[in-house]
Amino acid sequence: MGSQGGFYQSKEFLDLVKSIGEARSKAEEDRIVLSEIETLKRRISEPDTPKRKMKEYIIRLVYVEMLGHDASFGYIHAVKMTHDDTLLVKRTGYLAVTLFLNEDHDLIILIVNTIQKDLKSDNYLVVCVALNAVCKLINEETIPAVLPQIVELLAHPKEAVRKKAIMALHRFYQKSPSSVSHLVSNFRKRLCDNDPGVMGATLCPLFDLITNDVNSYKDLVISFVSILKQVAERRLPKAYDYHQMPAPFIQIKLLKILALLGSGDKQASENMYTVVGDIFRKCDSSSNIGNAILYECICCVSSIYPNPKLLESAADAISRFLKSDSHNLKYMGIDALGRLIKISPEIAEQHQLAVIDCLEDPDDTLKRKTFELLYKMTKSTNVEVIVDRMIDYMISINDNHYKTEIASRCVELAEQFAPSNQWFIQTMNKVFEHAGDLVNIKVAHNLMRLIAEGFGEDDNTADSQLRSSAVESYLYILGEPKLPSVFLQVICWVLGEYGTADGKYSASYITGKLCDVAEAYSNDETVKAYAVTALMKIYAFEIAAGRMVDMLPECHSLMEEFLASHSTDLQQRAYELQAVIGLDAHAVESIMPSDASCEDIEVDKALSFLNGYIQESIEKGAQPYIPESERSGMLNISNFRNQDHHEASSHGLRFEAYELPKQTVQARIPPASLASTELVPVPEPVYPRESYQTTTVPSVSSDAASTELKLRLDGVQKKWGRQTHFPSTSTSNSTSQKTVNGITQVDGSNTANSRTRETYDSRKQVEISPEKQKLAASLFGGPSKTEKKSATGHKSSKPSSHMVKSHAPKSSMEVASEKTSPVQQPPDLLDFGEPTVKSTAPSLDPFKDLEGLLEPTTQVSSAVNHSSTAAVTKSPDIMGLYTETPAGAHHKDSDILSGLSNSPMTNMVGGTTTMQVAQTSKSPNLKDSLEKDALVRQMGVTPSSQNPNLFKDLLG
Amino acid sequence: MIHFVLLISRQGKVRLTKWYSPYSQKERTKVIRELGGVILNRGPKLCNFVDWRGFKVVYKRYASLYFCMCIDQDDNELEVLEIIHHYVEILDRYFGSVCELDLIFNFHKAYYILDELLLAGELQESSKKTVARLIAAQDSLVETAKEQASSISNIIAQATK
Repeated sequence: MGSQGGFYQSKEFLDLVKSIGEARSKAEEDRIVLSEIETLKRRISEPDTPKRKMKEYIIRLVYVEMLGHDASFGYIHAVKMTHDDTLLVKRTGYLAVTLFLNEDHDLIILIVNTIQKDLKSDNYLVVCVALNAVCKLINEETIPAVLPQIVELLAHPKEAVRKKAIMALHRFYQKSPSSVSHLVSNFRKRLCDNDPGVMGATLCPLFDLITNDVNSYKDLVISFVSILKQVAERRLPKAYDYHQMPAPFIQIKLLKILALLGSGDKQASENMYTVVGDIFRKCDSSSNIGNAILYECICCVSSIYPNPKLLESAADAISRFLKSDSHNLKYMGIDALGRLIKISPEIAEQHQLAVIDCLEDPDDTLKRKTFELLYKMTKSTNVEVIVDRMIDYMISINDNHYKTEIASRCVELAEQFAPSNQWFIQTMNKVFEHAGDLVNIKVAHNLMRLIAEGFGEDDNTADSQLRSSAVESYLYILGEPKLPSVFLQVICWVLGEYGTADGKYSASYITGKLCDVAEAYSNDETVKAYAVTALMKIYAFEIAAGRMVDMLPECHSLMEEFLASHSTDLQQRAYELQAVIGLDAHAVESIMPSDASCEDIEVDKALSFLNGYIQESIEKGAQPYIPESERSGMLNISNFRNQDHHEASSHGLRFEAYELPKQTVQARIPPASLASTELVPVPEPVYPRESYQTTTVPSVSSDAASTELKLRLDGVQKKWGRQTHFPSTSTSNSTSQKTVNGITQVDGSNTANSRTRETYDSRKQVEISPEKQKLAASLFGGPSKTEKKSATGHKSSKPSSHMVKSHAPKSSMEVASEKTSPVQQPPDLLDFGEPTVKSTAPSLDPFKDLEGLLEPTTQVSSAVNHSSTAAVTKSPDIMGLYTETPAGAHHKDSDILSGLSNSPMTNMVGGTTTMQVAQTSKSPNLKDSLEKDALVRQMGVTPSSQNPNLFKDLLG
Repeated sequence: MIHFVLLISRQGKVRLTKWYSPYSQKERTKVIRELGGVILNRGPKLCNFVDWRGFKVVYKRYASLYFCMCIDQDDNELEVLEIIHHYVEILDRYFGSVCELDLIFNFHKAYYILDELLLAGELQESSKKTVARLIAAQDSLVETAKEQASSISNIIAQATK
């Protein structure tokens, strides 16, 4: 088959590819590509270019665009090419347009017509090519233009056409579900297609349909189960086998569908138990594809109505994954564990050490997956360890996307399970400090609200303790050089509200700090606004308490700066501050009452106190207010910024004739209800324009909190303050029934530990370090303890994990001391699908071969084990010959090479048998590649010595 | 669903890109640069999956070429790894022990084969035989043109000797 791999482009194109391949820098490459673009621009628009030439130009365009340059000047030529009559040219045209154009491109409309014509073609290959284009190019608007034809093609005699038509409809469904909703019966019919390929393709749209509406497809459960059964029993043609598994891709798709259909449906699930159990048994866990199916089985089992036997098989499979040396399988194992843990939480315990290994693995992907698992199994007993770990990891990474995710998870867990207020504040501080700019602003508001409201109980001392500790921690944190804006806002607000509340810090100290903040972050207006308002509060509290206010000099200069600020918001705040300072104690107390951020504020939404003023104005001839709903000629856009609307309506052009003046003038009340609530929220630095409102709103954020920031606080409050009581769920330790903390808990977690260590160690023979045991105990050992301690105070009732930390490892210490290098002992993490013993038949396995190709020496050395040493000593020479041989020497070399690669065949070990087929076809191919080498040389393309890789077989 | 397929050489050169979800040219360049940086720098024994902007990228190295596919969070990574391998086996069968050079000079053929394997971001055909048959049918239709081209390449070969 090697002949198909020849090169049929012109010398010019080969040269281009070659010179780009040899370019030493990106700049050089760009220069070459740019000159190529110039050439193409000129040539492509020449009239009467022969088709064959044109085809090559288009392919060169594709190449140019693939390298990241703009080839849009040639798009139209690619579109033209799709009109051509010969399939060869048409195919190139379609390939180019599908690669160039996204579905929203303007040129699409020019292709629709061609597609319509091609869908009617007698030649099924033309139809296939057109269908490929349909999948990529047809957008929501153009679906109706081709839909009827595609539905017709569902009955086409050629299975390839039916299959592609199904895929096209699947794509349409994704783009616009309503466009194909009437075709559901067609999908059902295609499920019974004679051709397994068409049936397999039909599973794609059905999966989507079932995802969106499970109940309409319950009747198909029996069909899916019977198809899956037949597939698993190898009833499909041999051609669908893949690495000796019967049609694995179809099996996986079917298992996914069954998982959806059986979710929460006992009756449907019962139909599936037998077949899923069969697949569990039949799956060959030594091949990668077998493991892919096993994983899908686990997903299915954890989704459908639970069945103890299947759960057991799933747990077995998971433990095999986790014990594997392959990182891929560990990753899948962790993921699967996260799924199964919802149904049988006890399963986590036996894998605790494996989980911790993964957590400490240098592989980021695996680590993240493990964090996901920990997130799923967090309880109030292990929240501290988990969140601390998460935060440490969060600090260590740069990937903002993931940082955001993990930060929000930390916040979520802290809000749900926080064992103490102190801990909560500290955790939030850390999250804000390191990921403050990434967390949602609502989280900050939430925190302010929590601090303001306390924790639900009438325990005022606890609340004020919390506030003092928050103030203290913030004053400390302010020493850090660079803090995120959101965090500073929280700090300013808390300092303003509670900075002087406990009398520990003087007003001048706090105001000094606030001024420092405003100066240090002088380009952040929001922070400055928060700081000014905080200053105002501090001074107001001072005045109200009857003390003399002595403004610091730096505060004075700050105010002067703000009074002249470009930001009207800052100006406004500064003027307000000035005004407040000038008032007497009584007035100040009524506008800025101390610690009243949680009090409800009565807002007169009707603004009835303005009635007199309005009446007066109307009598003077002003127009009465017309409510928005009664206004004509205005689009009802939205009520966002009602006031602006109102202004717009009064200033805008009127298109209707003026009405006759009415005699009865009615005083209308401006509907300021929306405006009044809208002007208040904190995040926007917009401040109310009317001075009425500013005076009625003493503390800005408290109102904001009460109006819109209704987050998960309800749940939080319940959990907070009181220690939650956890009944023992674990069966592992019956000893932990004693009520006192400390020792009992240690016992409990230790028994759990030693038990699991036995199972774990018996296989691995690795000693476990005390740190790891400690961690395991705090992560997994928690739930078994019974907590009956009365919640006298948060500090005293710290969960036992700390106690465990200090005591638990002692028992393991002796064991660990025997060997000091237990943990990071790197196992042989060969690729999956390989035999676990490194030296077995390396060249039989394509995966392994590839690794060998990376470093030829390792391959050679591993080959030593099997082939005679004579062959080995030769092999480096052969490698040398391989890149430099003249064409004449082919036969001899390839014989030696094939001999070399054949010899290990006899040493084949179970588990690699799957690769045999691929391998046998391999050995003669060496000849091919040598021929190819020679051919390329003939073409004038000399492989540069730097990159002989280009000639290496991808499959080895 | 597979959102895109990338083939990148060890040196970071792009050998093939196929986008099943809409990405602008600018985004494409950025994606390739970003992922190239992540994947090419990963050690050999780590797992073949990478978290990336809320998606997962499954990659596998074959000789000097990295095959990457970007999938959704809830897709089966091991399956996608096998889809990659499936593709490589088909390429291998078609080109006869395929090497990177085959894909460099015949990238359009690699695209045609990919189009028979994946469609609209899903695996459309899992039988190697069927894919091979379809590609062969297309090739046989263009046989004449091929012969023509073949003679041209011989002429070039003669000329450059």
